[in-house]
Amino acid sequence: MSSPASTPGGRKRGRNTNPSTPSSEGPMSPPSQRRRGQDSSAGDLMPMPTSPATDVLSPAGPQDNSLFSSPRPSVPPNEVDMSSPLMYGTPSSRVEGTPRSAVRGTPARQRPDLGSVRKAPEVDLQSEPPSADGPAASETNAGQRLVIWGTDVNVGTCKEKFQRFLQRFIDPTSSEDENAGLDLNEPLYMQKLEEISVVGDPVLNVSCLHVQSFDAELYRQLICYPQEVIPTFDMAVNELFFERFPDSILEYQIQVRPYNALKTRNMRSLNPEDIDQLITISGMVIRTSQLIPEMQEAFFQCQVCAFTTRVEVDRGRIAEPAVCRHCNTTHSLALVHNRSVFSDKQMIKIQESPEDMPAGQTPHTTIVYGHNDLVDKVQPGDRINITGVYRAVPMRANPRQSSVKSVYKTHIDAIHFRKTDEKRLHGLDEDSEQKLFTEDRVQTLKELAGKPDVYERLSSALAPSIYEHEDIKKGILLQLFGGSRKDFSATGRGNFRADVNILLCGDPGTSKSQLLQYVFNLVPRGQYTSGKGSSAVGLTAYVTKDPETRQLVLQTGALVLSDNGICCIDEFDKMSDSTRSVLHEVMEQQTLSIAKAGIICQLNARTSVLAAANPIESQWNPKKTTIENIQLPHTLLSRFDLIFLMLDPQDEAYDRRLAHHLVSLYYQSEEQIEEEFLDMAVLRDYIAYARTYINPRLSEEASQTLIEAYVDMRKIGSGRGMVSAYPRQLESLIRLAEAHAKVRFSEKVENIDVEEARRLHREALKQSATDPRTGFVDISILTTGMSATARKRREDIAQVLKKLIQSKGKTPAMKYQQLLDDLRGQSETAITKELFDEALRALADEDYLTVTGKTVRLLA
Amino acid sequence: MPSSHDWINNPLGVVEGMFAASQNNPNSGWEAKAVEFFKDHLNEKDAHTWVPSLNDVPLHYLKPNSLVKFRCLIQDMFDPEFYMGVYEAVNPSTRDKVLRCGKYKDVTECGVDFNSKNTVTAERQTFYCVPIPGESPWFPLILSHCYAGLSQARDVPSTSYAPARQKRSYEEDDDMDTQPQKQRDVGWIAPLLSAGPQTASEHHGNGDCKRQETEAPSSQVASASRVDLNFPLPGEKGPSCLLKVYEDWDGFKLNDAVEVFGILSVSPALSALADEKDASSSLLDPADSMETAEEQRVHSPPASLVPRLHMLYAKPLPHNNPLLPAAACEQNSAYLSSTRSEMATVRTELLAYFTHILLGDALAAEYLILHLISNVYHRHDVLPLGKFTLNLSGCPTEASYTERFYQIIQQLVPSSYYLGMTLQNMNQMRLVPKKDYVANRLVSGALQLARNTSLFLDESRLEQGQLDTTGVRNVTALGNVISWQKFDYDFNYHQMGIPCNINVLIASEGRSLLPSDCRIHLQSQVAPSDVEEYLRSIHTQSQASQLNKFRVYLSVARLLDYSISDEVTKSVEDDFVEMRKDDPQSISAEDLHRMLVVARLLSLSLGQTSLSRDGWLRAKHIEALRRSRMEQHKCVNGNEQ
Repeated sequence: MSSPASTPGGRKRGRNTNPSTPSSEGPMSPPSQRRRGQDSSAGDLMPMPTSPATDVLSPAGPQDNSLFSSPRPSVPPNEVDMSSPLMYGTPSSRVEGTPRSAVRGTPARQRPDLGSVRKAPEVDLQSEPPSADGPAASETNAGQRLVIWGTDVNVGTCKEKFQRFLQRFIDPTSSEDENAGLDLNEPLYMQKLEEISVVGDPVLNVSCLHVQSFDAELYRQLICYPQEVIPTFDMAVNELFFERFPDSILEYQIQVRPYNALKTRNMRSLNPEDIDQLITISGMVIRTSQLIPEMQEAFFQCQVCAFTTRVEVDRGRIAEPAVCRHCNTTHSLALVHNRSVFSDKQMIKIQESPEDMPAGQTPHTTIVYGHNDLVDKVQPGDRINITGVYRAVPMRANPRQSSVKSVYKTHIDAIHFRKTDEKRLHGLDEDSEQKLFTEDRVQTLKELAGKPDVYERLSSALAPSIYEHEDIKKGILLQLFGGSRKDFSATGRGNFRADVNILLCGDPGTSKSQLLQYVFNLVPRGQYTSGKGSSAVGLTAYVTKDPETRQLVLQTGALVLSDNGICCIDEFDKMSDSTRSVLHEVMEQQTLSIAKAGIICQLNARTSVLAAANPIESQWNPKKTTIENIQLPHTLLSRFDLIFLMLDPQDEAYDRRLAHHLVSLYYQSEEQIEEEFLDMAVLRDYIAYARTYINPRLSEEASQTLIEAYVDMRKIGSGRGMVSAYPRQLESLIRLAEAHAKVRFSEKVENIDVEEARRLHREALKQSATDPRTGFVDISILTTGMSATARKRREDIAQVLKKLIQSKGKTPAMKYQQLLDDLRGQSETAITKELFDEALRALADEDYLTVTGKTVRLLA
Repeated sequence: MPSSHDWINNPLGVVEGMFAASQNNPNSGWEAKAVEFFKDHLNEKDAHTWVPSLNDVPLHYLKPNSLVKFRCLIQDMFDPEFYMGVYEAVNPSTRDKVLRCGKYKDVTECGVDFNSKNTVTAERQTFYCVPIPGESPWFPLILSHCYAGLSQARDVPSTSYAPARQKRSYEEDDDMDTQPQKQRDVGWIAPLLSAGPQTASEHHGNGDCKRQETEAPSSQVASASRVDLNFPLPGEKGPSCLLKVYEDWDGFKLNDAVEVFGILSVSPALSALADEKDASSSLLDPADSMETAEEQRVHSPPASLVPRLHMLYAKPLPHNNPLLPAAACEQNSAYLSSTRSEMATVRTELLAYFTHILLGDALAAEYLILHLISNVYHRHDVLPLGKFTLNLSGCPTEASYTERFYQIIQQLVPSSYYLGMTLQNMNQMRLVPKKDYVANRLVSGALQLARNTSLFLDESRLEQGQLDTTGVRNVTALGNVISWQKFDYDFNYHQMGIPCNINVLIASEGRSLLPSDCRIHLQSQVAPSDVEEYLRSIHTQSQASQLNKFRVYLSVARLLDYSISDEVTKSVEDDFVEMRKDDPQSISAEDLHRMLVVARLLSLSLGQTSLSRDGWLRAKHIEALRRSRMEQHKCVNGNEQ
């Protein structure tokens, strides 16, 4: 029974042992005997002689004597031996006073996360037996060779290294939010210690990446032997801390919580080799249990002589002493619950994040135990990164059965939680979502990016089943890449929108929905809704009562869920006005304000919108403008960077190509099709890589070209007294140019990017903002809902009408119908009633007249 | 014979022998060899038919730890588990330590030394498998027929049993459940019985055993009601099992239909472990507190109800029609080409048969055949190719026409499901699988079907009323199945789209509220006074041999390859351009899509593996007929309004 049950992999390894325990023969027995003597407890009946935990400490003593008020020999090494191996403070030791008390009396706290499975002591025999003169002596000469049994960790060296790491590690390029507000040129973790002394929260989070870059060997040890190394880190940090801040008072001693171990990223790749190693995996919390009070130490009292004793929990069990050691009565000891010591524990189930899952499989789940203050840190639905120790426990052997299930139960003892979606709410960058690309993959992607026709290649790889519509595909491609995010909050303008919004409108049956489906399937965080079926609530967020906790919780809708992704909205025109109105805020400010059921908040919705709309008369009417065709408010339309018409071109050559394309779909073998186009996975990686790593900035040259382009666009209209471009269009151009630079993996926006942005923008405008009456491109159709020619005509008629009225002399009131007839008689063009009404309204706006019922009165 | 069948009766002995032999030689790769051994044995001519099947033989007839096969659908995937691949056991009498192999076993033998250095932890995956949902009732009859032949031809080992008996008793159960069904069933059982005198005699011969045997399954059913076996379709029966997979589990996908050969494990220890839960210790035992009671129940149900199957070998099922050889592909293609020649004649018969059923409407019958052989053969990114959802509108409103119609289809396809779209069904049925996080399993829904299952949606049952949230979700899911052959499983915190391949047939009075690839309005040529009587007479007249021919035909047509030559491609293109020239509105890209599918299915239905000019013209022709009928119908509707 003495060997580690939790290391089924055949790797046998003890927990910490006492490197400085002098004797190689049964080093355990003398201390444990002594302990029993002190407690006068029924020690023999304890399942196992207690642990080596203290022994971990012993090297600490000699190394840094100044910290210990009592000379080492006077403290029996097993004083604290109750704790699980990594513990230096167990409940009992707390009462009795531990060597820890030397560290300014701050109690240590158990770390059930590391030591929930206790092991019998193992002795360090790997190196030669140390000299017998006691710890102090052994430390000096044998220090380098002593290692914890079963590992290659030397406590002294490890501690020293870690202290050096804490004192020296500087990461000037750190961008993690945890380090916000710290001076990046000073040792990072010393500042954190300072923070601890001020705040009093005795937890030190240490990024494994930092450890790795500082000392690869130390990192390896940390990953392979977390159970031994982390307590050593704890010791090291506490010594350092109390040396530096001798007066600070902490609730308990500082605990080191490593995170970001690179060992394993994905739940699916966990395998038997990871057992007992430090791992970091990401996932989503699906269930949390009630708080489980776990007994750490049972308190027994003899019913006969009132003698008391404590028994540590060992592997989830308490060995009840059968005989009272004091009065030798059998079965007289009773458990006293409220003097026993419990610690908090919570079972958390996490499930693979949907992004990590291969197609056609169901997600895996893993059980995680959180201990002490990690209890209730996470809620179901949270996406988290967990760092912890992977464990496997054999199914309990049932004494009544000869055979047992040959299966292990696995779980993770959590050491550190890191929520990944928290950041999204704070609006910081998406570094946690960085997909890790292998070298090979990056190489392939870069190679692809180097090709001169990469833009065309990618756009043709997009939805290959949909025929032609090259420009639309290009537009969508740029949307997938997006512009660069800019923050102008310092100057009061807040964030600039970096996401490109696109509207597709056109005849039914032109595979708009298919395109949307494709995009939805391509991007990792895409949402697909149909305007017909969705309400404002479904798009934004709603408040519900959680069935389990009975608390009001905010459930997010499609727009919020697609933050950093693309929200595909089909049948945009069928959406109710109230639903559409929520899009105004999202599409420019990229936030969502919610005020419901006492919850008032602003959520980020940095989503690109890809919408599809059908014309109001089912068939596109080329005689009408876009606005008239789809009946969408121009305020909304102007928020789309690109508006494409998908029309049935009705020309023979096109038909032929289309037919060929479709027929080939039906006879080509799969291989042929795959050869022809880029793999969807490559495309996905390409986009992900560009979105994360490429952040193009405008070059001087390019900004000049942009200015020219904008001025040109304004000029086109000004000749006819129209405005054909607004600042919003300039912003669109910039976004598109940036996106195009991203496609090329270029950090600089250059002229070609601007040129393409301009071309695409013009193409889209040509399609959507052409005034059917004049054939000119007129942006005001989109921005004001009316073409400039229409506005001009309205003004002309108003003037004619005014003249007509003036010609009638001083008549304060006129009949409406009469006036209309007069005007019709005078004008050479047909005057519709609508036109007449508009003219009247224009005059009314000038305060020239008012219309009441059927009479028109002149004012003034 | 028995000696040569040791690998069936005692496969673990074979595995252990190999394990023992490998001990001196660490790199022997005995595991691969073991799998290879079984694969080779199973591939010997009809060796696989000697292996008893969990589908047909009740569990209590099967010998524990023997080799069995199971035709099933992967309904859920559990988490991988770590087990003792190799462990050291102490012999209590001699105190010797022996290395044992833990592979293909659930429990270890006595005296495991947990602390042995030689323990090797290995990983395996567990799938929850259910029999293929909606398997047609003619299945067991065919199978029992095969078995009967087998048992006479061979000297069956004493451990075997005559499966036909059991089959019969299952039917008996059926009949007892639904009295009216009995009469109906007689209609199709009778011809089969007469066709297979062997089977019939078998029934008589075993008549006396019948009574005793029916008890066992009924108790099984009773206990099944206690433990929810999570069958996708309501009212399903049969064993489900926990499949332990030892290698390449990434190759399996949810809803895959597979035939598994594996070692049956029904050790009572498994159930005992689950039951013996003394409350006091469970609090402190870390292994116990990990799982909720529900999860326990789901993940370790009693082995008597849900046996464990340790997989040695599995093959995907391209079809689950017992009339076709299930064997490897090479044989299959030979088989396919041999049957191809007869296809045209069978088609004519089938067309006549369907025309009868569809009240004399030959065009609708034509489309029905196309629908029944359709299959999603490829997905072009999101676009599923080859699907052909048919909306049969204008069904007679007479009470049970649609139901009768379904029964006839059920007789022809290997698996099918009838879903009456009543308001109650839509609002209350669970169509979409949903993850239950308490029990940690995927609760199945009626749409979790194996590939090529015929889903019959009876929209004539729809009445006025309001769909609630579930109803809307269900209708959306149906819509997604039809348009994308893919729908979202509900994982509570997120949705996950899982592709499917279901043939959906919608019977409705008017135009269906669901989308469809093709709609045809029924024009009855005959008006029988009593529709029910009319259909029943067709039903009874059909001969078993004829039905079998149809069954084979429908499955074979689906398995054929298909191509289009460049020449025909060209002429199709020309045709399209020509048609557009005349009237661009008349034909859109979508229409061309449909015509290409129709042409494909039409060629396949005639046993032609490539599109000919004639085939194309014929497709164009029937499409034109259908469209003109649609237009007529539109006018009529317009007038009515």
